[in-house]
Amino acid sequence: MNKFTEDDLKKELETKEYEYGFYTDIEADKFPVGLNEDVVIAISKKKNEPEWMTKWRLEAFKVWKEMKEPEWANVRYKKPKFQDISFYSAPIQKKTLDSLDEVDPELLKTFEKLGISIDEQKRLSNVAVDIVIDSVSVATTFKKTLNERGIIFMPISEAIQEHPELVKKYLGTIVPTTDNFYAALNSAVFSDGSFCYIPKGVTCPMELSTYFRINEGGTGQFERTLVIADQGSFVSYLEGCTAPARDENQLHAAVVELIALDDAEIKYSTVQNWYPGDKEGKGGVYNFVTKRGLCEKNAKISWTQVETGSAVTWKYPSCILKGDNSVGEFYSIAVTNNYQQADTGTKMIHLGNNTKSTIISKGISAGKSQNSYRGLVQISPRSKNARNFSQCDSLLMGDQCGAHTFPYIECKNKTAQIEHEATTSKIGEDQLFYCNQRGINTEKAIALIVNGFSKEVLNKLPMEFAVEAQKLLEISLEGSVG
Amino acid sequence: MLQVKNLHASINDKEILKGINLDIKAGEVHAIMGPNGSGKSTLSAVIAGKEEYEVTEGLVILNNEDLADFAPEERAHKGVFLSFQYPVEIPGVTVTNFIKTAINETRKAKGLEDLPAKDMLKLIREKADLLEIDRKFLSRSLNEGFSGGEKKRNEIFQMAMLEPKLAILDETDSGLDIDALKVVANGVNKLKNKDNAVLVITHYQRLLDYIVPDFVHVLHNGKIVKSGGKELALELEKKGYDWLK
Ligand SMILES: Nc1ncnc2c1ncn2[C@@H]1O[C@H](COP(=O)(O)OP(=O)(O)O)[C@@H](O)[C@H]1O
Ligand SMILES: [Mg+2]
Repeated sequence: MNKFTEDDLKKELETKEYEYGFYTDIEADKFPVGLNEDVVIAISKKKNEPEWMTKWRLEAFKVWKEMKEPEWANVRYKKPKFQDISFYSAPIQKKTLDSLDEVDPELLKTFEKLGISIDEQKRLSNVAVDIVIDSVSVATTFKKTLNERGIIFMPISEAIQEHPELVKKYLGTIVPTTDNFYAALNSAVFSDGSFCYIPKGVTCPMELSTYFRINEGGTGQFERTLVIADQGSFVSYLEGCTAPARDENQLHAAVVELIALDDAEIKYSTVQNWYPGDKEGKGGVYNFVTKRGLCEKNAKISWTQVETGSAVTWKYPSCILKGDNSVGEFYSIAVTNNYQQADTGTKMIHLGNNTKSTIISKGISAGKSQNSYRGLVQISPRSKNARNFSQCDSLLMGDQCGAHTFPYIECKNKTAQIEHEATTSKIGEDQLFYCNQRGINTEKAIALIVNGFSKEVLNKLPMEFAVEAQKLLEISLEGSVG
Repeated sequence: MLQVKNLHASINDKEILKGINLDIKAGEVHAIMGPNGSGKSTLSAVIAGKEEYEVTEGLVILNNEDLADFAPEERAHKGVFLSFQYPVEIPGVTVTNFIKTAINETRKAKGLEDLPAKDMLKLIREKADLLEIDRKFLSRSLNEGFSGGEKKRNEIFQMAMLEPKLAILDETDSGLDIDALKVVANGVNKLKNKDNAVLVITHYQRLLDYIVPDFVHVLHNGKIVKSGGKELALELEKKGYDWLK
């Protein structure tokens, strides 16, 4: 018998399990807990970094020490104790490997469990993957094909060695070390991440993808991603994230910087599925991320994100529309369930003339979760004919969750056109009964309704990942119906 | 096919159906007529298994099985179809995607594989043509911004796709102009055969000119107060319901 009331629905939503909550037993090289200048220097040494890099880190650390954790977001959590975290953990492995055949079989099993397709299949479907476990990149596929076109796609630690001029020129220019508490922390202790450079006029022939995974307990993960699209180039980039289920909260504080030079385009997609904590709200990842991109003339940056994981998310992928005619886009699906909290959105900073931005945000809340959209549209006095369209839709399940919208508009030029639309809806008994009557059970019906609600954003994902993302939405919201 | 025996049902402790009896055999068309608020939609929802309604007494039996033990989707899998008086909107889900999901979920329940995309498409085209539905219509969001007529036509399209054993049409005629009414009635008639049955709910006689019933029942205040042949519908049209009270 399969009776379904609002109460059952609520209960059901609370009983989902975290699919990726396994822990891989790989030997790890892990720093003792705590943070001080010596740890920063040690991280830098470990990576054989040049002196300028060590100095850069130390300056960031100095700034961070003076900063306070931000408290304006609509989230409540126990602040991480920074002296209890290990700031570096790497699977023991001598060097970055050239081929997956050389990778620790345990690690490969991890990938399989993740369902990430570093297998032949996905190679055929044209995805170059860089995998970051805990703090280190372990494999980058497809290097050669990319090299032939002058595309650089490698762990940022390698880029610091091999392309210091590029790293030095751009690192910290979009998200300065002083930007915010977590960005400063990241700048001081980041251990790896991805670096990508697309030369002038080159269209990257495949999706570039990075998978991040936190494995060790009691560690923080601080990746740093830097993507530079030179004039007239194009790249589509995807990052995926998972972490094992653990009782304690784990800290993830990444920084992503994008630079789209004249006429270039960057499409950056994220499927974030960090461990969200159990149904009592125990454990889960704190995801405090700073993502920002700069558009020069006629350039375009598109952020697409599917956020289903993490206990607490604090994240605002933003665009600085500096060049005339530049375009910024933000497409987001954020799902919260149980005790998850998400405060996410974007900032569109219009500086150039005829700049255009689009914001589509879809928030889905279930259980006792809180889901907030926070967005800023800023038109500077010298930006003529700027345009923005924002749409924020919330979907609620049950009556114990919350959806909030905080749209901020700062318009200092009268020629701007700004439109904002917002809706809130609930999955209704009537919708479920209608689906049931057509032979569709409640679990499937919820998936259908949620997918329909999120469609505009799902459509923006690269084909290969749209299906994965849809599955993730289902997993996040459903348990097994008895 | 369907037997309703002394059915009592209530919502929020208010009794709405007060002892309904029906016996519908395969191959038959029955019509239920009655004034607004008499309980017609309630009856159809209770047969389909809507859980807000509490069945306090009586039985609904489909092909010798008591339906009480089955959830709405299981009843659907057994061949119960309800064309809703007020079809529900599902934003972002296309007409095609919705019916595809419905068909495949029903197949899954019967242990069958998904219908191959090619066959699905063929079936959709065939049924869309039958109901004179435009191709563009199929990629619109389900019932979102549909006119009253479009909603009803879409209900019958879904019925044509699912080929139910028992189709309950709840005021399918409301919102349809005369041309659309003919198309929809024609669709229903084409789907009719000796192995299925139709229960038409309406309070106008008009639809029954096109879908001709074998039996007509008058529902009033949760009870069937009169039954007869198709001529009863004409009589009701002339005299109204008051003489039956
Ligand atoms: N959810 C409900 N709560 C309370 N009363 C209801 C509810 N649904 C229907 N009713 C009542 O039940 C009676 C029958 O309604 P309905 O079955 O919709 O009639 P009909 O379809 O014949 O117009 C009406 O008096 C209506 O007000
Ligand atoms: Mg009615």
